[in-house]
Amino acid sequence: MSGVEGYMYPNEITLYWSILIVLYPYITGLVAGAFILASLERIFHVEAVKPTYRLALLTALSFLLVAPLPLQFHLGHPERSFEMYFTPHDTSAMAMFGYVYLWYLMAVLVFEIWLDYRRDIVLRSQRRKGMLRWIYKIMTLGSSNISVRSLHIDERVGWVVTLIGIPSAFLLHGYVGFIFGSVKANPWWSSPMMPVVFIFSAMVSGIACVMVLYMAVTRLRRKTIDMQCVDTIARYLFYTFIIDFSLEMLDLAHRVYEADESFRSLDFMVHTKLFFSQIVLQIYVGTLVPLLLLAITQVTKLPEIVRKRLYAIAGGLTLIGIFAMRWNVVIGGQLFSKSFLGYTTYKMALATREGLLMSIALTLLPLGILWVLVKLLPPWPEENGTKAAGMSI
Amino acid sequence: MRVFKDAGHLFRFAGLFLVAFLLFLLVRGRVVPKSFGEYGHYRGNAIRDIAALPVRFAGHQACATCHADVEEVKQKGKHAGVNCEACHGPLAKHTDDPGTLTPPKLDTAALCVRCHAASAARPRNFPQIAEDHFGGVACETCHQPHSPAVDAGGAQ
Repeated sequence: MSGVEGYMYPNEITLYWSILIVLYPYITGLVAGAFILASLERIFHVEAVKPTYRLALLTALSFLLVAPLPLQFHLGHPERSFEMYFTPHDTSAMAMFGYVYLWYLMAVLVFEIWLDYRRDIVLRSQRRKGMLRWIYKIMTLGSSNISVRSLHIDERVGWVVTLIGIPSAFLLHGYVGFIFGSVKANPWWSSPMMPVVFIFSAMVSGIACVMVLYMAVTRLRRKTIDMQCVDTIARYLFYTFIIDFSLEMLDLAHRVYEADESFRSLDFMVHTKLFFSQIVLQIYVGTLVPLLLLAITQVTKLPEIVRKRLYAIAGGLTLIGIFAMRWNVVIGGQLFSKSFLGYTTYKMALATREGLLMSIALTLLPLGILWVLVKLLPPWPEENGTKAAGMSI
Repeated sequence: MRVFKDAGHLFRFAGLFLVAFLLFLLVRGRVVPKSFGEYGHYRGNAIRDIAALPVRFAGHQACATCHADVEEVKQKGKHAGVNCEACHGPLAKHTDDPGTLTPPKLDTAALCVRCHAASAARPRNFPQIAEDHFGGVACETCHQPHSPAVDAGGAQ
């Protein structure tokens, strides 16, 4: 049979979880990571990253809005997804995830963004004309109180929301890892390390994403990149990446040492079908190279232009590496037989509901949403409500 | 109460949540069937709906009542445990009134491979047919379906 080597059970030959299911943990990871970066400034008072605070929040929201779409397209019948909310079953991990998602979207992200932008929104609702004026008016919820005291209350409440948001972000992405880690019939997934590895890889991808976005957007706006900010983000990316890589290596070492009945089969798969995506893309190109580049920036004094380029390359490679990690988890976990005697092949479609073009569209969609959000709620300090006499957005 | 005045917008946001929650409850009350959860985590009326469906299968014994000769052949062969309607399809209407529905003649070349197509997932000692087995010749030429061993005689 084409694409099948050795012995496969009939229900293992076709992969049921496609590239869209790879995209789903990748996108939620970017959300969680971007939010954790935002919390650095708010909770841990890392003032240097302040220029990216609002951008990180808007990035998290843009990706979070798209996060359920890969699942919707994969499953079809989007109208049935509401049944998960109306009649949730307490043994369904996905049903509980629906509530975690809603909580994170509404009670954390939207609320925090609203609190942070409220002053700008009120000012814009008074100065803008036409349709935009009405959009901002609706966003004020009818309250134009931006007294010092009310803004102070916003600041305090926002701090609490961020504080609650950190475990919520961990919960959001840890849950994705939990769903895979609890599939006990699949030795490639079944590991209590899975949620922890997912959280740290999420932080790595989210921080890298905001760093690259900040540099790219600032360049597009023909403004100066705040190097102290990017240096600090890169430093946190480096630290988080080291922890993430250590955890993944710990998981690998444990699997090698334990060498249970699945090990020979999985080891063979890593050296054949997953060689390019796991060894080349994930470990070398997506982890060791960016770690090396970031390490160079940490131990040597490099000119600004060199640092910028190294950060851009390291950030881009990190995003590719984390995507490869999601690919290897989701696709890799379906390539081998439960009999450990055979392997199948994933044939990605091109222009179908679950094909490559759909995946590219869903990856680009958050960037489109972010563009709209940035136009509506500029995250740049020089364009906030107080200084926006001309209100040019 | 200055605090309440300056925190008024927070109550508005909370109000938004409350409205959304009430809307959720309202929609939930409308769309979730009343019998949901009656017996378990499903629509209770589903059981009654299924029970009300017309009976389509007559059962092995109903067939044997009239077709004792076929039943006798079948009991001697490897297909003794295969229910008649597994191959011939649901025939409750035929048993109710044989004149209203005559079971169609089956295409054994398509029917037999449903169970006997070669597959690595089937037990080794289970008879399996390779795709090129007698290239398109109907199985019943050599195998009498009710007692399929070759020495039991085919259709001829």
